[in-house]
Amino acid sequence: MAVLQTAVDARTPDHAANAARMHALLQDLRAQAERVREGGGAAARERHLARGKLLPRERVRALIDPASPFLEVGQLAAHGLYGDEVPSAGLIAGIGRVMGRECMIVANDATVKGGTYFPITVKKHLRAQEIAEQNRLPCLYLVDSGGANLPNQDEVFPDRDHFGRIFYNQAQMSAKGIPQIAVVMGSCTAGGAYVPAMSDQSIIVRNQGTIFLAGPPLVKAATGEVVSAEELGGAEVHSRISGVTDHMAENDAHALGLARRIVAGLNTRKPAVLDVAPPRPPLYDPKGIHGLIPADLRQPYEVREVIARLVDGSEFDEFKPLYGPTLVTGFARLHGYPVGIVANNGVLFSESAQKGAHFIELCCQRGVPLVFLQNITGFMVGRKYESGGIAKDGAKMVTAVATATVPKFTVVIGGSFGAGNYGMCGRAYSPRFLFMWPNARIGVMGGEQAASVLSTIRRDAIEAKGGRWTAEEEERFKAPLREQYETQGHPYYATARMWDDGIIDPADTRTVLALAISASLNAPIESWASRGPGFGLFRM
Amino acid sequence: MFETILIANRGEIACRVIRTARRMGIRAVAVHSEADAGAMHVAMADESRLLGPAPARESYLRIEAVIAAARAAGAEAIHPGYGFLSENAEFAEACAGAGIRFIGPPPAAIRAMGSKSAAKALMEHAGVPLVPGYHGEDQSPAVLREAANRIGFPLLIKASAGGGGKGMKVVRSAGELEEALALAKGEALSAFGDDHVLLERYLTRPRHIEIQVFADGHGNFLHLFERDCSIQRRHQKVVEEAPAPGMDAARREAMGRAACDAARAIGYVGAGTVEFIAEGEAFHFMEMNTRLQVEHPVTEAITGQDLVEWQLRVAAGQPLPLTQQALRIAGHAVEVRLYAEDPARDFAPSTGRVEHLRFPAAAGGIRVDTGIREGDAVTVHYDPMIAKIIAHGPDRAGALARLDQALAATEIAGPATNLGLLRAILQQPEFRAGAVDTGFIERHGGVLLAPPGAAPRTALAAAAAHLLARRVGSADPADPHSPWAEATAWRMNGDGFQDLHLAEGEAVQVLRAFPQPGGLRLELPDGDAEIAFTVGPDGGLALQMDGRAFPARVLQESNRLMVFADGAAHALRLVDPLSPAASEGPAAGRILAPMPGRVLEVLASPGQSVQRGAVLLVLEAMKVQMRIVAPAAGTVVAVHCAAGDLVEDGAEMVSLGPG
Repeated sequence: MAVLQTAVDARTPDHAANAARMHALLQDLRAQAERVREGGGAAARERHLARGKLLPRERVRALIDPASPFLEVGQLAAHGLYGDEVPSAGLIAGIGRVMGRECMIVANDATVKGGTYFPITVKKHLRAQEIAEQNRLPCLYLVDSGGANLPNQDEVFPDRDHFGRIFYNQAQMSAKGIPQIAVVMGSCTAGGAYVPAMSDQSIIVRNQGTIFLAGPPLVKAATGEVVSAEELGGAEVHSRISGVTDHMAENDAHALGLARRIVAGLNTRKPAVLDVAPPRPPLYDPKGIHGLIPADLRQPYEVREVIARLVDGSEFDEFKPLYGPTLVTGFARLHGYPVGIVANNGVLFSESAQKGAHFIELCCQRGVPLVFLQNITGFMVGRKYESGGIAKDGAKMVTAVATATVPKFTVVIGGSFGAGNYGMCGRAYSPRFLFMWPNARIGVMGGEQAASVLSTIRRDAIEAKGGRWTAEEEERFKAPLREQYETQGHPYYATARMWDDGIIDPADTRTVLALAISASLNAPIESWASRGPGFGLFRM
Repeated sequence: MFETILIANRGEIACRVIRTARRMGIRAVAVHSEADAGAMHVAMADESRLLGPAPARESYLRIEAVIAAARAAGAEAIHPGYGFLSENAEFAEACAGAGIRFIGPPPAAIRAMGSKSAAKALMEHAGVPLVPGYHGEDQSPAVLREAANRIGFPLLIKASAGGGGKGMKVVRSAGELEEALALAKGEALSAFGDDHVLLERYLTRPRHIEIQVFADGHGNFLHLFERDCSIQRRHQKVVEEAPAPGMDAARREAMGRAACDAARAIGYVGAGTVEFIAEGEAFHFMEMNTRLQVEHPVTEAITGQDLVEWQLRVAAGQPLPLTQQALRIAGHAVEVRLYAEDPARDFAPSTGRVEHLRFPAAAGGIRVDTGIREGDAVTVHYDPMIAKIIAHGPDRAGALARLDQALAATEIAGPATNLGLLRAILQQPEFRAGAVDTGFIERHGGVLLAPPGAAPRTALAAAAAHLLARRVGSADPADPHSPWAEATAWRMNGDGFQDLHLAEGEAVQVLRAFPQPGGLRLELPDGDAEIAFTVGPDGGLALQMDGRAFPARVLQESNRLMVFADGAAHALRLVDPLSPAASEGPAAGRILAPMPGRVLEVLASPGQSVQRGAVLLVLEAMKVQMRIVAPAAGTVVAVHCAAGDLVEDGAEMVSLGPG
């Protein structure tokens, strides 16, 4: 396989400036991550610990195999929302290995607003379940939640993708043979009671976990009955009398040990679908990516330099290198897994879109997972290109992306604008995972373009009525638009709303993709060989 | 010279004899018991013959079987090694009867030294000095008082019929004699029905010094100088050296002459050792061992001779290869005996599979004599010695330095060993100064047998590196190189860590480890450490921390870790914080045999309620009785063995249910 050669000189001032800017972004990112790891603050943590409970992140650490990785999903969810008081949306979600088996772990953080569900909390919980379902990962729910956040009930309860969907998903996954296991380590009130009740197997911690549809205050209000939480729905009640729970644990550690034992007995195994090889590191240090990325999003850079820092041995078997060169396509191995890489190296033209569609077909025919490295301002515009049929060529690529049967993984490494987002497997195209780099921006178009488009329309309208629009007035009109686009296009804004699965250090991309690909292998890959009769590969 | 010899022994001595035979071009035939079919000495020999079942009296001690094996193999001579049949006159005679040369002294010489009292009388007659004493029939107070004054004080009164300390009294001065005699005679009478006593000089700080003698069939006698074997525990030699510290030429000459006189007196032929008890300038005959001694390598080291070769030459009728005048002492040699025994448990023998074994390289003055390889078992049937490690240096300090390094490089896991004790002895200032006597270990027991100190940071770092170097879980064939199995504790946008709960004895400490590329950062009680490490092809670790680099090795068997670092071994246990005993209910009730042995007595019966600590049965393993007790209160569900049964290591003996 061809080895990518680097043309980067790390000693140039540009490189140093790029690296310095990226380090500043990463420093802030790590500070934000550090803040959410503190959960609901020192006082809430002290109260939690005083009850003999483990903190949620410690629960996760203890549950997963010793010293194994944890691929968090929605780490900075709810960032800047709800008064910025709901770190990680009050819910820790991610993939971890338990007894050698990758599982989706969803743990309420009771130190954050009692573990109640805000709108983004629900979205995050559902996203975690979606990942579990797509990749056939057993679900472990570490429940410690007061249920729906009542002041936000209109955005939490009634709609399709609201609270009820959690239990719908549990039933659906259970029916598909994806194990659902609940560990009740605190409250499970009202709707929350259905998490253990809908699970295949459930564990409850004595003198700590409670499950009831209505808590003691509501019972008293409704019927006048005075009853303690423990008597109403404690571990003894549910393990000895009601049968809502199957195992009674003495404490958090015991409960987590029981959960590990359950996973050990799930009798599942990954289907062998990929021709894997022993992993080899890239020839170039992934940290070198930091100096590659220009501060200005509009300034192009060679995406093969990124690929050289992601793939095994920096070896890349490029497909159609001479055709449609603004899209780089090719085969490589990432941590030993065969992957097809689709990466932007400029604006998408008809040729590049056709090449992309062709390459995606190749990967689907062969059952090779797809990795999209997204840095796209959009498809080429103008009369020449419209008349050349760029809309239908773009559609070919979008169709290929949408219907690709192999696992897709998207990393937004720069811009994610317009229809380029679609062709490069944006969130709407259901990649198994989507991560962003801290330098990335996302939006229907850039802030400057949007401001120009809107001001042109405005100017035309004003001038059509015979009015005059001064340059100052125009600038006053454009400035807030630019600011709005910059704010809304920022990775923090995106990740807060779960438009992605997290913001990652570019140097961690290889690790993150490897973990994600490995996790995805729990579900069989549907290649053309397994799909049955269909069309053959269309040469574009 | 012989073409074929048979070695009627096993273990290190069999291997050592085979090595010389091979060098001399002699075919070496081994013998083995059923238990030893795969043993090292069998593998080394040109051929080996089965003698019988594992117990020595049914195999290695069966004279007729050994003779039959020698005949069948066409052996012209038999080397008996030490122990087993080596000092058995009947065996020597049986060899002669079968026309096979016994590589050792004539039967009469063996017999002469076989009876201790007869030997002493013989030696007295030959003018060899004995411990001054009175063994006479006349027990009148005047005769005893007169004898006591002649012997001098302090002296020891012993019951003639005695043993076990009954009737034994130490008398410090003449004034105490009267009263002590009365007490000793009274005790002797009540204990043995006989109030006869004997008197002997009481030595306060005796040393054990022995002389290696050699004689041929042509009337030549010589000695190969002395060995000091004073470092003993319960009459078991632990450290031996040559020459003896503080020995001067005149005394060496006197002792050597006395030893040769002793050998001459009994018409000795071959290798023998005359043991003396010495104090100050005085030395007294104790006994003569009519065989090659365990500790002969220190003599070989300082003389440059191969004593087994000498034995073979003498047995083949050749004269001694050298004269007394040609023998010179070159440097100093020290040997230690590495035993499978637990000094912390009163030297209880320890058995089991040797899971891991690394000896220092046999170079630079280091010699290792062993009959055990990694994977072999130390069993209840035979001597628990694992190896002899011998260091030779230009002087005593040089030899000790080499030996200490050699012991630091010795790694053994499986049975408990006295390795720590050996190193502790070498560290003792009094030992280093050469002030040795037979009471050394007892006198310094507090220091020598102190439980090993807490694992140092280097050992903890090695344990952490080992745990984080490993992939987690077993490989899935569909995803054999999964990144999920890497112990990186990787976290998004943060430094992942893993708390390692390591127990040493009962004390558990929690170390926080932050894996990093090529190493880890470890939070230790005495300060954080940045550790870089690589894993070698043989699983050894090369560590760098605190500004230095050192090798280490960690062996893991389930949750038990054996850490070799900085020349010491530390046993650690990895505690799983998710399985606290408290939350698991009553202790699991399978009572397993801690080592192979014979059930002496069963006290537990099904249905019986027992308290924690109640004796369930008594097991005899390697001649030591072990009481097997209930680890928790409960009810005996079933007993799986009966008195007299042989049980394997790990066999379930009793099932205990909740109380």
